[in-house]
Parts: sequence; structure tokens; C-alpha cells
Amino acid sequence: MFDLDRWQEIFQTLSKNKLRTILAGVTIAFAVLLFTLLFGIGNGLKNTFEKQFAGDSQLSVYIRSGSTTKPYKGLQSGRKIQFRNDDTKFINEQFEDEIQFFSPNVERYNVRAVFEGEQNNYTVRGVYPDYLPLESAVIQDGRFISFLDLKRKSKVIAIGRLVEKDLFGTKSALNKNISLDGISYKVIGVFNDPGGDGDERFIYTPFTTAQSMYRTNDELDRFGLTYNPTLNVDKALAFSSLLTKVLQQKHNVDPRDQAAIRVQNYAEGAKNVQQFMMVLNIIILFIGIGTLVAGIIGISNIMVYIVKERTKELGIRKAIGATPSAIIGMIMTESIFVTAVAGYSGLLIGVLTLKLIGKSLEEYFILNPSVETYVVVGATIILIIAGTIAGYIPAKRAAQIKPIVALNDE
Amino acid sequence: MISIKNLHKSYPMGKDALHVLKGLDLEIKEGEFVSIMGSSGSGKSTLLNIVGLLDEHDSGEYYLNNQKIEKLDEKKAAILRNKFLGFVFQSFNLINYKNALENVALPLYYQGVGRKERNAIALDYLAKVGLKERANHLPNELSGGEKQRVAVARALVTKPKVILADEPTGALDSTTSSSVMELLKQINREGMTVFVITHEEDIAAQTDRIVRLKDGIIISDEKTVKNQ
Repeated sequence: MFDLDRWQEIFQTLSKNKLRTILAGVTIAFAVLLFTLLFGIGNGLKNTFEKQFAGDSQLSVYIRSGSTTKPYKGLQSGRKIQFRNDDTKFINEQFEDEIQFFSPNVERYNVRAVFEGEQNNYTVRGVYPDYLPLESAVIQDGRFISFLDLKRKSKVIAIGRLVEKDLFGTKSALNKNISLDGISYKVIGVFNDPGGDGDERFIYTPFTTAQSMYRTNDELDRFGLTYNPTLNVDKALAFSSLLTKVLQQKHNVDPRDQAAIRVQNYAEGAKNVQQFMMVLNIIILFIGIGTLVAGIIGISNIMVYIVKERTKELGIRKAIGATPSAIIGMIMTESIFVTAVAGYSGLLIGVLTLKLIGKSLEEYFILNPSVETYVVVGATIILIIAGTIAGYIPAKRAAQIKPIVALNDE
Repeated sequence: MISIKNLHKSYPMGKDALHVLKGLDLEIKEGEFVSIMGSSGSGKSTLLNIVGLLDEHDSGEYYLNNQKIEKLDEKKAAILRNKFLGFVFQSFNLINYKNALENVALPLYYQGVGRKERNAIALDYLAKVGLKERANHLPNELSGGEKQRVAVARALVTKPKVILADEPTGALDSTTSSSVMELLKQINREGMTVFVITHEEDIAAQTDRIVRLKDGIIISDEKTVKNQ
């Protein structure tokens, strides 16, 4: 029920006692401002992290080979392990359930690409159609490599956005022919990649095309795959260690030899990042709640002081007929009102500050610092509850003071 | 109007209790102008606090307007105070951030009277105490006598049955004292029961009946000379 008289009474009390109103308001506003800034900056750090790790699918596993460092089963150390097409078949059959996307990979560095006088050197990768989601890349024009391209060993390529920009400027590269080390390939698609500039300067061609062009037999360089997203982090890690083990067995590598077959699981990184984020979140939450609690204690303190200061006034009010509930209602409404208004202004200032300084914080790894709506609403509700509690305890006490004691208070 | 029988009151002082009122009997009829006299420590303020429902008595009986007062909770006491009693204190007890009019109107606020109406009533009572033109002044802009007249107006505004005045002239010089006393006399002539506490003989002499208290008992209770 809105009682105009009661609000007029409260506004008068607040405006005639500016110092204590401002004191209480500033305490709360400052606490909420700090809370908002901390939360916003924490979110900014989080955003930076998410962007940094957005380059590759977080479910991805890359398998590379190297030379053995330990003798095993009569074989000497220093032996080079070479993946071949039968490894592709082997992995595909062994881990059909665990794998979502899978692609072998032949890589050639420093391939000279020429188009009508413009030229530059790029890395060319021969891949399966599955490679696109592995890189979290997205086709923006045309299409990616298809199975039909693989089968036909077509001389087609999908190029990164920056390759198109380098060689074609503002024109479209689609359906144009580019010469790669003197051999002509048709551009069937242009992709972009959130992984950054380096990832957008790749050229993809069908695996079979690349293998026949750059390798004398069925050798290949590495495998990329993503595991089934239904696997949790622990299962994904177990899967990658099993994968390592069976490949080591297949190639007669000592199980302790870490150099010969290297399985790089982003899940491990993802797990670390997740843990780091969790710790970061806990710290932010802890500091944020701490700030709020400090604010609440501050406002409680001030309310206790205000009630003490007003003891005589409350005594007068009681002597002339104010009931205890009228006293409690008055002090609590004041408290809630001040808390809510001051808290909300602190929140607004905080959000505005984040908006204003957000851009200049990018160099400190803080990207787009902001607070979510639910945090704003939540904090406001917490404040109103805090105001209620902060007001209730001293109000209750004030209402219990005998008017005679209050009147004698100097 | 006020009927007190064998009233006792003591205050705990550490382990002991200070026995302040030791069995008082007092009868005040409607329209009387009574003063309670006594030196400090005689128990007169305690008596006023009990009569004014600001404090509770330990034993004995107290009837206010034929209503027995016992085991009142704060809310009931507040309502009774608001309805039957008007207070005038030695230190005025005005709210310092409210102007004269708002101070006078405050008891009506607690009765739930609307703003316009209570301000109109308050202004009438300010006019009655001769302070109509000072209505918008804050207490610290008023003289002591004016403050006390505002306090009297505030005590009257709810049309109570009894005005309780605790050393109403204690903080005033003799000229303003007599003007405040004149005001109380005038109110009494209009039919209001007025109950004054004082330690000054000449103030008590202006009332109709003097009750003398000493060490918690009534030592005399007599009409003043002018009315005999």
C-alpha cells in the first residue's frame, strides 16, 4: 500500500538529515560500485580466456609422430616413426564410438601461390572434409572439400579469408584458379577461423590430392580428430591415453617413450582452463560477496548509529502516540529506501564505468568487461534484503526502548 | 479522571532496589488544575511518568478515565497516550528538524489524520497559543517561551483528557514562565484537566490544588489559598 503521508515523513527525515543520509548512501553505493567493477573485470578476464582458447575445437586431439628415444624389442632408438594410410584405417576402426570428426593430414610448408601477378607463400594441408569442424573454421563462401573431391583427387582448394585478401584484394576468389608451385587449383571455398590470422592463411586441398602430389607413397604427417562430445573430460583423457597406447603397440614403441608418438589432447588444456576459470570465479565471487557484506555491515553500523542519535526523537514520537510498529516501519522504510536507491546508483555508475573504460582495458587482457542482467537484478534484491535486515535490528531495538529512557537521553 | 491507590514503584540499582514511590493515593477529578510539589528525588517525576503511561508501576492500582491500567503493551500504551494524554516537558522535546506547525501536527499524523486536515488543526492550536505567524519556524529559531507554547499546542492538538506538564517553566525566565502559566490556566478554564509537576512554590501557587511529595509519600494535599 502506498502511503503518501508516510513517504513525505520519510523524505523529510532524510532530507533534513543530509549528512547521515549521504553517509549511509555513499557506503552502500561504494560497496556496490566495487562489486560491479570487480564482477565486470572478472568477466572481462573470462572473456579474454574464452577468446584465446576459441581457436580450435575444445574437443580436439592431434596425433603427431617423431623419432624414438628409447630402444624397444630389439629396435634401436632414434628410429623415425612414420604414419601411413593403414594407421588412418586402424584408428577409424578401433575408435569408431569415441570419435566424432576425424582427418589424416599431409602438410606442405612454403608453397608458392600465384594469382595474376600477386603471389605469396602459404602452408597447404591435405585433409578430409571433417577437418573444418576440427579447426572450428566456418565457410563464408562456396564449400569445403567433399568426399567426392577425395575420391577423384580433384585439384580444388579451400582458402583462408586472408589468402583471398592477399591475392585477390577485395575481389572474390571463388571459382578462380590459383597456381600452387606451378600447378593450377580451383578455389571452391573461402573460410574464416576464430583462431586468428595464422589460421586464416592456410590452404586446404583434398587429402588424396596432397598425398599424391607431395608424397611418393602412402605416408602422412599427422591426424586430427574430435572425440564424441558426450564424453566428459576424464573419459576424453582416458580415450587419448588408450589411443597413445595402441599406436605405440602398433609401431613397436616403448610405452614410456613420449617423443615417438605424441597425442595432444585439448581436453587437458580445457580442463586446466576450466579449473583456472573456476578458481577465478570463486575469487571473484569471494571478493564480490566480501564487498557486499562489508557494505551491509557498514549500513548496519550507520543504522545503529542513526537510531542511537535519534533515540530522543523516537522517544518524543512515542510519547505523543507513535506505536512500536510505526517506529519500526519508519526506520525500516528509510533504511530500505536509502539502500535501494544508493545501491542502484552504485550499480549504474559501475556499469557505466565499465562501458567507458572497457575499451582501454583490452591491453590488460580484459575483454568487454560487463555484468549480466541476472547479476544486476540479484544484487539489487540482495541489497533490498540487506536494507531490510540492516534496518530491522536497530528499528526493533528502538521500538523497545522505553519512552522515558529515550526522553532522558541527551 | 485519575485515580491512584497504594501505588508503589522501585528501580533496580545493582543488587538493591531504589524504592521511589511508597504507596501513593491520589484522586484527580476532571477539570482540576493540580500541581505536584517536591524536591528532586521526591518521586514526582516518577509519578508523572507512571500517570503518563511512560513507565509502569509495580503494585497498586491506577485508573485513567475509569480504565484500569495494568500490563499494557507498548502499542496499547501508545494509543492511550495519543488519545487521552498531552505532554509538556521541561526541555520542550520538539523535533528539531520539523517546524512549529509540523511539530504540532505530528500527534495527528499518528492518529492517521490526513495532511491537510492536520495542518489546519495544528494551525488553529498555534493561533490559540499566539504563535500563528511563527508556524514555519524551526524550534531553534524560537525563544524558550515560544518553544514551550508550541509544545503546549502539540499537547492540546489531539484534544486529550489530561495535560501532563513536567516542570513546564523549569527552563524559562520569570516573564516567559508566567506567560506559559497563563496559557495553562486558560486551558484549564476551558475545562481541561491539567497536572503540573514543579519544585517552584510560586508556580504551584498558581494552580488550584497542591500535592506535596517527600521521599515517595504524600505529605500534604490541599487547595490553594485563593480558592478557599
